[in-house]
Amino acid sequence: MPIIDGALEMRQVFYQSVGRLAAQDERVVVLDADLSSSSGANAFAANYPDRFFNCGIQEANMVGVAAGLSAGGFIPFVHSFAAFISRRALDQVFVSCAYAGLDVRLVGSDPGLAGHANGGTHMALEDVALMRSIPGVVIVDFSDPGMIDPVLDASMRQPGVYYFRLFRKTRENLYPQGTEFELGTAYIAKDYGNDATIISAGFIGMREALKAADLLRRDGVAVRVLDMFTIAPLDAGAVLAAAAQTRAIVTLDNHSITGGLGSAVAEILAGRTATPFRRLGATGFGEVGTLDYVLEKFGLNAAAVAATVRGLLGV
Amino acid sequence: MDSALEQELQIFAENIRLASLRAVAAAGGGHLGGIFSMAEALAVLYGDVMRVNPRNPAAPERDKLVLSKGHCGPGLFAALALKGFFPLEDLLTLNQNGTLFPSHCDRQKTPGVDMTTGSLGQGASSAAGIALADQLARRAYRTFLILGDGELDEGQVWEMALFARQRKLRNLVALVDLNGQQLDGDTRDICAGVANAGAMFASFGWNMLAVDGHSVREIHAALQPAAGVPMQPTAIILKTIKGRGWSRLEGKPKVHHSVVDEAQLREAEAEITRRIASLQAAV
Ligand SMILES: Cc1ncc(C[n+]2csc(CCOP(=O)(O)OP(=O)(O)O)c2C)c(N)n1
Repeated sequence: MPIIDGALEMRQVFYQSVGRLAAQDERVVVLDADLSSSSGANAFAANYPDRFFNCGIQEANMVGVAAGLSAGGFIPFVHSFAAFISRRALDQVFVSCAYAGLDVRLVGSDPGLAGHANGGTHMALEDVALMRSIPGVVIVDFSDPGMIDPVLDASMRQPGVYYFRLFRKTRENLYPQGTEFELGTAYIAKDYGNDATIISAGFIGMREALKAADLLRRDGVAVRVLDMFTIAPLDAGAVLAAAAQTRAIVTLDNHSITGGLGSAVAEILAGRTATPFRRLGATGFGEVGTLDYVLEKFGLNAAAVAATVRGLLGV
Repeated sequence: MDSALEQELQIFAENIRLASLRAVAAAGGGHLGGIFSMAEALAVLYGDVMRVNPRNPAAPERDKLVLSKGHCGPGLFAALALKGFFPLEDLLTLNQNGTLFPSHCDRQKTPGVDMTTGSLGQGASSAAGIALADQLARRAYRTFLILGDGELDEGQVWEMALFARQRKLRNLVALVDLNGQQLDGDTRDICAGVANAGAMFASFGWNMLAVDGHSVREIHAALQPAAGVPMQPTAIILKTIKGRGWSRLEGKPKVHHSVVDEAQLREAEAEITRRIASLQAAV
């Protein structure tokens, strides 16, 4: 998809959407941890100075405060980099938010390899695994700005703990404007044919998955591509349909091979189907470098996906 | 401290600025504001105070340094290069694919880097652990910990402060780079209390000294082992200016991260080399 002139970055779309909710619902408040100029929450702060709280560099305290705000009747959106909102505040997410049954929306920017410019400390390759292990947490990895409004609207109808993975800087739309997305339902991003299914989520993963589908098509391999933007709860129906209707399944995680989307798909497939299945995900720690470099290093680029599909099909 | 040493350390500080500037420019961008504000502290530490050996960087018998504000790694790498740990040109691989110099400190990659940091607050605790290890192993060496003032927002720093006092970590010296700014803006608009860092450490039972963080003479005096009450850890508050030493950044708002183009690199190099020349002329 071409970049539309004047298109907003994903983070701008996100906090515009939060601003729209704030205009409709007085309970919506926004918290950040000294990263509001990175997350784009500063635009919300400019419009709603009384409903924005820059907590400083204290992720654990911020998430705990958010839980308290929820207990007091508010609906907090809480941001830090994905690495910090997950790893740095995990027990607060677990006890104060989820176990306490509160309504908190966690926003993790720079998910997975997106933190490549800052290196291993800032790359979130385990955030999905951590959040997925906490009962009830809804995990969404946005690949296209068009998903943001429908997902946030749906979240307002259903209280709970949400974890939003936000690739903040892209202006690229993967899908045509007006495409409809529904929280909890996999989006069929490409349906070239039934040779195999590629499943991914989030901007980085989906961009490679879509490229892989086109590479394969040139070689006469026609695949389906599922955008599993709701990683939890997983659309098991879409996974089982792919297993029944196509000859192989490959998952691509912008995340560790352990505990991410691929693991979630494996949990559905195990014992239910014999469809050949491979997971692609990062092994080991992240490191600094360009996005292309880290994609190549971890074997997560389109070429690796295409080769894995061909390997499973024996073509 | 004699004036020859003073001048030598001032020149060392300017060379730290120059080398880290070039590395950051080659990488496309970096945290020059917080690197430049701690240049004098690093110069005094590596230029005179710390007992380290570039030929044996991992020897247990040495002073250690944890740069807890790990995003300012290029400043530390510059000090280490000037001290002979590795060639200065190596710094130009900063953040390149496969580099041994990732901008956030990595003890497994860069020789002379004593601890991996980048998630703010964590270096505080690991520094306390290193100091405790030296005590347990009866090694008479000190551990220096450099903290950002924004970093003081993290509760972990204050958990460490309680712990270090309890365990009488007199061989632990925390230096707070009180430059008044963090990522989103001025500390007074975010968690204003960190401006009282000195009083806070003192109330936690630490020795506390406050100095001009751009005076190598004052920093040097504060770092002398006799400076505090025995049996207590020491906090040195460095009153600094973010971006100190380059007029484009110094004293300006929001100078946390800078992208440096070719023209700006020349401009900053000219400012710094001019100061080095006049310091040398004064010798
Ligand atoms: C736990 C954690 N949260 C957020 C960040 C992102 N971050 C990097 S530097 C910075 C501001 C640091 O300010 P300060 O400690 O004052 O450093 P200095 O001004 O000396 O550069 C932030 C929020 C981080 N590295 N670690």
